[in-house]
Amino acid sequence: MPSSRRPFPRLPRDRPARVSRLLRGYRPLRPGPDSIDQRADRSRLRSRMVALVLACLTLMTLDHHPGAHSPLEPARRAMGSMFGPVESATSQAVRPVTAVGSWFTTRRSMQHDIASLQAQNSRLRAQNATDGYARNQLAEYQGLTSTAGTLGQALVPAHVVAYGPAQSFSRTVTVDAGSEAGVRPDQTVLNADGLVGRVLRVTPTTATVLLIVDTESVVGGRVGTDMKVGFLRGQGGLGDHGSLDLELVDQSTAPTKGDTIVTWGSQGGAPYVSGVPIGRVTAVYASLRESSQRAVIQPFVDFGALDLVGIVVPSGTQSDRGVIEADGSLR
Amino acid sequence: MRSLRVLAAGGLVLVALVLQVALFPHLVWQGIVPNFCLLVVVAAALVRGPAFAAALGFFAGLLLDLAPPADHVAGRWALALVVVGYVAGLMRQDTRPSATTVVATVAASSFIGTSVYALSGVVLGDAVAGSGDLVRIVLVSLLWDVLLTPLVLPGVMRLLTRLEPASA
Repeated sequence: MPSSRRPFPRLPRDRPARVSRLLRGYRPLRPGPDSIDQRADRSRLRSRMVALVLACLTLMTLDHHPGAHSPLEPARRAMGSMFGPVESATSQAVRPVTAVGSWFTTRRSMQHDIASLQAQNSRLRAQNATDGYARNQLAEYQGLTSTAGTLGQALVPAHVVAYGPAQSFSRTVTVDAGSEAGVRPDQTVLNADGLVGRVLRVTPTTATVLLIVDTESVVGGRVGTDMKVGFLRGQGGLGDHGSLDLELVDQSTAPTKGDTIVTWGSQGGAPYVSGVPIGRVTAVYASLRESSQRAVIQPFVDFGALDLVGIVVPSGTQSDRGVIEADGSLR
Repeated sequence: MRSLRVLAAGGLVLVALVLQVALFPHLVWQGIVPNFCLLVVVAAALVRGPAFAAALGFFAGLLLDLAPPADHVAGRWALALVVVGYVAGLMRQDTRPSATTVVATVAASSFIGTSVYALSGVVLGDAVAGSGDLVRIVLVSLLWDVLLTPLVLPGVMRLLTRLEPASA
């Protein structure tokens, strides 16, 4: 490109000075010495413009209905096969660069996702962990309800909240139902499996229960098969070691192995109501010296895993919680 | 030399097309990309005059009309860029154009090109946005083109000047 403006040669004859540039058309870069050159240039430009515009219009006409039937479709397809690879290569080259910006935002949202997922995960894990516990609790309540129906007694449900230490040589537990729940001393405590013990003393909100496996505990029992009566004394163990000794009043007979022992029952249902299953005879010993029969009873209740127990109360007792009535309803 | 010039101009248009359809869509603002093909045509017009620029515009427009993402009636961009090449070519001066001239030419060309393209769509019944959108698109693409002018035009113009027949 020339660096200095050259004087545009005026054409006095056929060029008036006031023709606009758009109409005048192409002004050559290096105007030739004569006007013929310019006129030829202008007409060449005009014809070229006409040709180009006509070409455009022809294209539009041909392609007026774009689609599979357009005559330009082969050209389009050829362009696509040529440009497609170039475009995809460019795009692949560019993507890592443009992805940098979104990396930060993605990272932030992913962190948020991780936090919420972790929270959800721990919630589900806790739910899963307590699922078995909840299932067992439901089974216990159902068992207690059916026990109440079987015995025909009203029960106050309670949970064992404390075990007396073994060092004190007494097998007692604390349950979370007290006098406000309608619990009185010398009431029978049982669970879905069988007899648990009796209430020793109560506070407004808790009660101390003497388990039948305690060495101080004596329960009147009856052999289920032949209705013979006797006394069960605890041996002081818990769990599998918790066993009871049965001494029958009629010392001439002996229980047979496998017999079921139920409670004998006391006057007014205190401390034990009658008919509560206690355990099963696992062994019978004959003491020659005392000429008496001793039977070992394995209680039905697993004293090492006590949780929900029921305390037998008179029907219609006022309680701070629901009382399971004899007909299985909750009051 | 002549074939080299044509090849160089065609190569520029191809690069511009790739930039326009493959690279800049990653950096778009509201889907509107700068029109590199138009910038190349304007540069050619400022250096080589309307005849060359109109022919180059036809070629570039044809590529834009046929290259893969395009689905409009072929010939619309070709017509728009032919018009742009002609009009911008009229701006050519004997001297090296000043920055203001270049920017003004680019702005006018962008406006004319996008408008011609949109109007041809209206005439042909092709898909066209509403008038409000139309104005917005025209203005945004004008802004884009003007913004990219200092990055694109000097280099392209220098290359085309070097290949100019008179100075060769």
